Order: sequence, then C-alpha cells, then structure tokens
Amino acid sequence: MQLAQYNIARLAAPLADAANRDFVANLDRVNALADESPGFVWRLVDEAGDGTFHPYDDHQVIVTMSVWESRQALFDFTYRSGHLEFLRRRREWFGHSEAPTIVLWWVPDGHVPTVEEGKARLELLRAQGPTPEAFTFREDFEPAAVR
Amino acid sequence: MSIEAIALLNDPVRRGLYEYVVSRGHDVGRNEAAEAAGVQRTLAAFHLDKLVEAGLLDAVFRRPGGRGGPGAGRPAKYYRRASGEFAVSVPPRDYRTAASLLAEAVERAGLDERAEEAARARGRACSGGPEEVLRERGYEPYEEEGVLRMRNCPFHLLAEEHPVLVCSMNLALVEGVVEGTGWRARMDPAPGRCCVAVSKTNEI
Repeated sequence: MQLAQYNIARLAAPLADAANRDFVANLDRVNALADESPGFVWRLVDEAGDGTFHPYDDHQVIVTMSVWESRQALFDFTYRSGHLEFLRRRREWFGHSEAPTIVLWWVPDGHVPTVEEGKARLELLRAQGPTPEAFTFREDFEPAAVR
Repeated sequence: MSIEAIALLNDPVRRGLYEYVVSRGHDVGRNEAAEAAGVQRTLAAFHLDKLVEAGLLDAVFRRPGGRGGPGAGRPAKYYRRASGEFAVSVPPRDYRTAASLLAEAVERAGLDERAEEAARARGRACSGGPEEVLRERGYEPYEEEGVLRMRNCPFHLLAEEHPVLVCSMNLALVEGVVEGTGWRARMDPAPGRCCVAVSKTNEI
C-alpha cells in the first residue's frame, strides 16, 4: 500500500496578486523538492503549469495531492526538508482554518487518486474525525487496518 | 523502566561511552568507543550492550567502512543513540501532556505567531554566549563549515506532533538567543537533527 495526501488552503488574495509573489516564485522549487524526495511516487500536476490546482468554485482555494511510499517519506518531505520553511511562512499567504486541511489515506500500489477522491476523503475526515479511511499525521493507522 | 535506564549512566565508564556515541555524527564501532573511553574493547562491548539492553543505544550490524561483496569481512556491531526518551521526575510531574495540550490549542486558534513572539523574547532573555546557551538547553551544537548545527532537538516529541508550530517556535527561540551577535538563525531541516542552523557570519 502507498500513502495518499490531499491538502486544501485558501489564499488570502487571488493568486496573481502581488502579495503572493514569493509564494508563486517558490512553487517550482518546492514542487521539484517533492519530486526528488526519497519515497515520492506521484503528485497532481496542473494543466496550466503554474503549480497550483483549484477545483472548487472559490478559486482562491488551492489544493495539492500526492502519493508516497510511506508515512515517513511524506513526513520527511513535509516537515524535514526545505518545504518546512514554506509552511512556516503560510500565514503570509493563507487564511487560518480550524477544520482539518490535510487528509491522508492508504491506496493500493500504483493507484492514482482523483481530485474527487481527495475531496471525499477530506469531507469524511471533517465529518467523522480520524478513521483508517481518512486520517492526519497525528494518527498512525497502518495499511493493514484498511478494509 | 526510565529510572533503571538513567541509573545505568551513573557508572562513569558507561556514561563516557554513551556520551561519546551520541556526540558523533556517525555510528560508532566497539574499537572506536573503547579507544575514546580509554578501556579494553571487551569491557567497552559489555557496557555498550548494557546500554542497548536498557534502550539508551541502538545496535546495528554492518560491514566496516561500508564495504560489500566477497572479502569485505564479517559485519561488525555499531552503536547509535536510540530514539526512545527517558525522563524521571520526583515527585511525578507531567509537563509533556501539558505542552501537547497547549500546542494543540495554539494550533487550533492559529496563534503560532504569538508563540513565536514569546519564544523570541525567551531567547533574548538568555544570558551567555549563544553556543553555550544552546549547549545548556540540550541542543548539542557542533560546527560544520562555519555553520552551527544542532544534533538534538530538545522538543522532539512535541515537534513530531506539531512540526510547523514547534519548529517555528524553536527557530524564534534560537533567533532570540543569537540576536545582536551578527549570527543568523534559519530553517535548514533534515531528518534526525534540529531544524535550525546558525550561520556564524551575517552573510546569507
């Protein structure tokens, strides 16, 4: 099994706004960092090529989705690489959300999740709290626990 | 369990071996450890294995010098710091749970920046040279090509639970400590070390 991740965040200003200049300028670098990380399998790549994906009616909501070989691989990229500095600065670009914004779930090897799947997993997490079907980094559900 | 493990370090030879192993940036073999502690190899091996048994060190087997294939020799035993943590408080105290609850509340309320401000002020209030302050606070600083790195994260478990909040707070704390020295703290995380690096010049 591999670990899928889906994350949403709402930009405080439209993507093209000058306030997001640093965010946009770093997208390629951070995406490349993900692609080169040990245990990286796949990530959602937008057609426009600007490194963001906005599948909601609210175009300031952008999403990321990726698949990793293990929880540790995703954790190390997210919090133990140059990506952390990007996360630290998130308040410069994104609003705060009390509801979970990241969801994790196990997928069979080679499975490429759809954005609809990511949306549904996040809704499941928000509705039911962490379960083996939709959880966060705070829990440690093993793939074996997945039906 | 914790008290037995910590009590093992009361023996000066064992303590010396433990401190030597955890202060290296690499896995330590029996010969190297024995030499550093100034004791016989068999005695060093005995004490190192005691430390493994107690969960203070981990043992790994590999071929010396990373050699492989025929003629590379038998795998040897190497030691490194174990990932487990031991704490003893008399009388019993549980600051870890309190820290975890507070971190959760801060994160939910989106008060990261307030936590950073508090940490920066605490860092500024530390007196003494920055390297000495970081050493006293358990960071285990070491220098690498003009950059001060830290082998140990004093907030490890909390940082695993709330990485962005705790690592940002930690950076602010270190920024406070080095303020006015011309040194510059920045995020430079990698698995297995503190997320902050300090450049000992004011260049970027």
